[in-house]
Amino acid sequence: MERLEELVVENVSHSFGFDDILKDISFKLQKGKVLSIVGPSGGGKTTLLHLCAHLLDLEEGKIKNSFKTTSYAFQESRLLPWKNVIDNISLGLKAKGIKKEKREEASKKIALEFGLEKEDFEKFPKDLSGGMKQRVSFARAMVTKPSLLFLDEPFSALDIGLKKELQNMLIKSIENENLSVLFITHDLMEAIKLSDEVLLLKADPVGHIVQTYEYNLPQNLRDDEFVYEQTAKLLSNRTIIETFELELK
Amino acid sequence: MKFIIKIIKDLPIYLWSGWGAIASIFLFIALWDLGNQLYGNLVLPSPKETFYTLYTMLYEGTVWDDMLLTIKRAIYGFSISLLLGSFLGLVSGLFLTASMMSRPIVTILVGMPPIAWIVLAMIWFGMSDMTVIFTVCVASFPIIFIGALQGTRTIEGDLKEMADSFNLPFRMKLLDVYFPHIFSYIFPAWVSALGMSWKIVVMAELLSANDGIGAALAIARSQLDTPTALALVVIMIGSLLLIEYLIFEPIKREVELWRD
Repeated sequence: MERLEELVVENVSHSFGFDDILKDISFKLQKGKVLSIVGPSGGGKTTLLHLCAHLLDLEEGKIKNSFKTTSYAFQESRLLPWKNVIDNISLGLKAKGIKKEKREEASKKIALEFGLEKEDFEKFPKDLSGGMKQRVSFARAMVTKPSLLFLDEPFSALDIGLKKELQNMLIKSIENENLSVLFITHDLMEAIKLSDEVLLLKADPVGHIVQTYEYNLPQNLRDDEFVYEQTAKLLSNRTIIETFELELK
Repeated sequence: MKFIIKIIKDLPIYLWSGWGAIASIFLFIALWDLGNQLYGNLVLPSPKETFYTLYTMLYEGTVWDDMLLTIKRAIYGFSISLLLGSFLGLVSGLFLTASMMSRPIVTILVGMPPIAWIVLAMIWFGMSDMTVIFTVCVASFPIIFIGALQGTRTIEGDLKEMADSFNLPFRMKLLDVYFPHIFSYIFPAWVSALGMSWKIVVMAELLSANDGIGAALAIARSQLDTPTALALVVIMIGSLLLIEYLIFEPIKREVELWRD
């Protein structure tokens, strides 16, 4: 039997010096599911994601990650400026020791899928627009065929059209490849559109989870209406208003 | 290897782009000739006379030995500071304390006039090769050191994090992430240090050696032989131009294609 793939976070707390950032965070992410952590900026979301991805050392609590492969897409594209598009995309494959021809072939294929053109392949990041860079960054994360994908607000700087396009691609991978995603965002609509479960992270006084919402409708059936409706429902909720400090003063 | 082939392949196009530079050099020579007509042969010999003297010097062959000697000294001094400066700069860039502590020392080294080093070196080493090499070394060291230091200090945390998130093995981190970044800082430092070495070596020779281009320049001065002095200057500048534009510039173009 195949080993169960899951990410289990138990009672995680974290602080930078005397600054407490996170307190008693617990959740569980299963194979094929999308879990979003939503909260205002500066609430420790990125810290939590870094802890889960082992980019930060864990101080308190337990994080068990049994996913076979993971990859990470950052808020900014973080491409290597001295590598062209294809070499940037194939970075993760190179790290796995995959042969040059093979990794280039795979990178070219995914680059085309992500809406890049053939003539972009040799370009350096300085010659790409912001949206193209983010496509490359996304392709770089997806080309390794991760089992778990960490997303750190990768859509936040994109225009509406590109945002939708990349979100739909993500939904396709979730369906076809049973991809699991741990997703952090401050955009409620985005979270509702993509997630099976939304955790609400409140920043004040220390980052902690105040509420969990579940959405069972498959992602491809969620139309705009559904998203608006659910968002409206959430926005009228007391907890949400307090968490985001939305109250009109 | 791929780089070297590309550099050679692009060389003809690059050379073709040199017409503008040649035009400006000719303009400079025209001004020089004007100066000759205004001030006379003793003060400023004409370009024609200078190039003729240069030709006879090269043809008779005595100047070749001096040139080789000067090049040898410059290369020794430059290589030592290249190795030492790069290594120490990289290492101190890795440690915050080391980079903080090295700053004032580097400021002192940069601020110290080379002529002071020459005097000290003459006292320490006498009239020998050592004096020249030492001066070249001391003068070009801080330039390389600072380049290497800044290269390591400015590696972005963001990219490091990205490298960690993809589990890049150490060798890949070094070759694909750190090295290209550091190189983009250290390479220009090497080029300017080489230019510096070339100037310092002549100055040091002029004051403290019996042979080499600098010493030949000193002899020309004592004999009021202005054409020879100018011919020597042409040799110095010409060789620097050749090294810079035939070797460094093409390399720089290829390696820094990714820069804005």
